[in-house]
Amino acid sequence: MHYHGPSRERGVSTEMNAKTAPDNADHSIEFRNVTYSLNGSPSRTIVSNVSFSVPLANTLVLLGRSGSGKTTLLKLVNRLLLPSTGQVVVRGRPTSDWHPIRLRRSIGYVIQEAGLFPHFTVAENIALVPSLEKWDSSRTASRVDELLTLVGLDPAEYRDRRPHQLSGGQRQRVGVARALAADPPILLMDEPFGALDPVTRAELQREFSALARRLGKTIVFVTHDLREALLLASRIILLEKGRIVASATPQEFPRIDHPEVRAFTASLTPLAGAPA
Amino acid sequence: MSPWTFFVEHRAEILAATANHLTLVLIAMAFAVAIGVPLGMLIVHRPALRNLTLGLASIFQTIPSLALFGFLIPIPFIGGIGRRTAIVALVLYALLPILRNTYVGLTGIDPAVLEAAEAMGMTQSQILWRVRLPLARAVILAGIRTATIITIGVATIAAAIGAGGLGTFIFRGVAMVSDAVILAGAIPAALLAIAADLLLGWLERRLKIS
Repeated sequence: MHYHGPSRERGVSTEMNAKTAPDNADHSIEFRNVTYSLNGSPSRTIVSNVSFSVPLANTLVLLGRSGSGKTTLLKLVNRLLLPSTGQVVVRGRPTSDWHPIRLRRSIGYVIQEAGLFPHFTVAENIALVPSLEKWDSSRTASRVDELLTLVGLDPAEYRDRRPHQLSGGQRQRVGVARALAADPPILLMDEPFGALDPVTRAELQREFSALARRLGKTIVFVTHDLREALLLASRIILLEKGRIVASATPQEFPRIDHPEVRAFTASLTPLAGAPA
Repeated sequence: MSPWTFFVEHRAEILAATANHLTLVLIAMAFAVAIGVPLGMLIVHRPALRNLTLGLASIFQTIPSLALFGFLIPIPFIGGIGRRTAIVALVLYALLPILRNTYVGLTGIDPAVLEAAEAMGMTQSQILWRVRLPLARAVILAGIRTATIITIGVATIAAAIGAGGLGTFIFRGVAMVSDAVILAGAIPAALLAIAADLLLGWLERRLKIS
């Protein structure tokens, strides 16, 4: 099934197509018939023949059950994995042509449980990429404070804490700040709020949704939570067993007639009475 | 003769033997750490070398210490009678705990932390030096602690090949059937082991990251 393969006129990226870019100049990320198999063995295919593109400053949500291949797609963007066949084009260049370190430092990455370095303070965690990029210390320090403020943590109180002195929600905020440190144009997020309690999760989702709109980053967001997808996405791509089964805006998505879509919308029903 | 009077009468000799014992242990441990820690770092990404080195180190560990000292005597350059041979044997004994703990410490890190490090564009050597090593240091030190205590014990047997140390009293005491003489070697050796355990244990707790 090709959603936005060769037939670009189908209007994959309606929001950005107004600009008359002839090729992928307005697409931060583009998957072209990407297949990924473990050790290249066809019997262990994780994602098969996936094509889509993410326009600049849009949020693409990859939705699916565990094992549907969504995290694999994310890892193909920053070259933690290379496609077995097909191409992943990031900012106009296939990932296979990118130097992996250069590519990754231009892409923010946030994961579940944050993956903060326990031996670093909050400030040192946030300053990781700047320190790898050898920023001077005053620039780094002011950037750290700026980011802490941005994610809603008081710099004076939190910059010298260690990750174990933070709550789960605070850790995740630091994780977001760390990903944003060097101002990368692209942000990859792998179930960043998945391990949080429902109240904190809703709080962070709302704040992050506002933040994402303000920052104008291109975001690929992986989740299995349809409510989160509806809240954050410019476009939702639903994956099942490594294939795209639906691709739609949050407005269209719930009306798609597909068993897997219905399975996800059904998962919302018990929560219908809860505030959004 | 009571042990106490023997201790008092021979205090200078006992003290010298203790110092000698400690030097033997420190030299052997310095070599074992200098070999074991870098080797442990090296095998993190080299499975073939890992099996070989951990296998060899385990084999050394299973050879009875007296036999190992004996085996080494006829070997040129590292063998012979005396201190050098003893140090070689002690290093071989100390290697396994250090090597294994270094490897386990470096690889037993929260996968999310390593994934984040890689995804943010750290090179493998940056990950090793800035992430793996600092997070592994308490585990590595635990290996050094175990190795030190083993070495203090095994070093008493080094007296059998003329390396001196507290073992001298133990062997002499066994030959003389004198508890006092045996204890003159055994008690300082036990105290050394306890002191090393406490000191390194304290250091380990200080290095531990919550």
